[in-house]
Amino acid sequence: MTSAKIVIAGGFGVGKTTLVGSVSEITPLTTEAIMTSAGVGVDDNRQVPGKMTTTVAMDFGRISIDRDLILYLFGTPGQTRFWFMWDELVRGAIGAVVMVDTRRLADCFAAIDFFEHRRLPYLVAINCFDGMQYHNPQDVRDALAISGDVPVVSCDARNRESTKNVLISLVEYVLTMRRTRAVAPA
Amino acid sequence: MTMPERDEPTGALVRPYAVTRGRTRPKLEIALEALVETTVRGRSGMMRGGQGGSEHQYIAQMCDNGRVQSLAEIAARMQLPLGVARVIVADMASDGLLAVYEPTSLEDETDAVGTELLERVLSGLRRL
Repeated sequence: MTSAKIVIAGGFGVGKTTLVGSVSEITPLTTEAIMTSAGVGVDDNRQVPGKMTTTVAMDFGRISIDRDLILYLFGTPGQTRFWFMWDELVRGAIGAVVMVDTRRLADCFAAIDFFEHRRLPYLVAINCFDGMQYHNPQDVRDALAISGDVPVVSCDARNRESTKNVLISLVEYVLTMRRTRAVAPA
Repeated sequence: MTMPERDEPTGALVRPYAVTRGRTRPKLEIALEALVETTVRGRSGMMRGGQGGSEHQYIAQMCDNGRVQSLAEIAARMQLPLGVARVIVADMASDGLLAVYEPTSLEDETDAVGTELLERVLSGLRRL
């Protein structure tokens, strides 16, 4: 009996919880973490007496892969400044889906920087809100200045099949990366 | 975003951890996605009414009868902060009331184990 996880990142309102909900076997749940004074990280709370804690909420869902393996999908907290929680989220993860709204492309920059720094494999999923695609994937790739091997796919986060295909693309990409690395060590 | 009230007393840190009698460090490190299942001992403890208070009872029931739950699910369903749920689950695990199954981490595992996990996930997703 074991579990694995995939991280779902992207800006506020980009559709992270919708994507999780479209494929999860449970209604997405919310878990809260409290940033204590020991976990302050980049925020220096000592300047503000009385501000000892901050609550960070993460939505997540679950997919039973088989009898002995459960896959969890964790949405990142909306505010990227809560890095202490991101560390725990990415530890041991299969990879990440970075969701993009092409009208607010810059919202995903922090997530991409973080995953590249942590060497966590990720793909970019353009959420097409009303079935319309505003940019083609190549334009998005150029605008984000990401390396050529990072997959960029379009999706409709509300649609189960579409979400399934995003997750499949991510896992295939991670598998390919591992096999390439095994054949030709850097 | 919502910021904490400026006039919140400095004792705010203590309140969420009241159910753990103020302990913030778990006896075991348990990952967010680690799976938790009630043991035979946990079940019989539950029948006898248990000694650990209502949180223990609730968790033992939630994870009984093959309903394996992650730490994140336990925290969410009990509306407890993650750190608090982690302390309680770690206590119960070290008392033998719960079994904790650690996740398969792609960082720690060998290439073979990691690749096998990815292939299982992939075929599971395709079957959905």
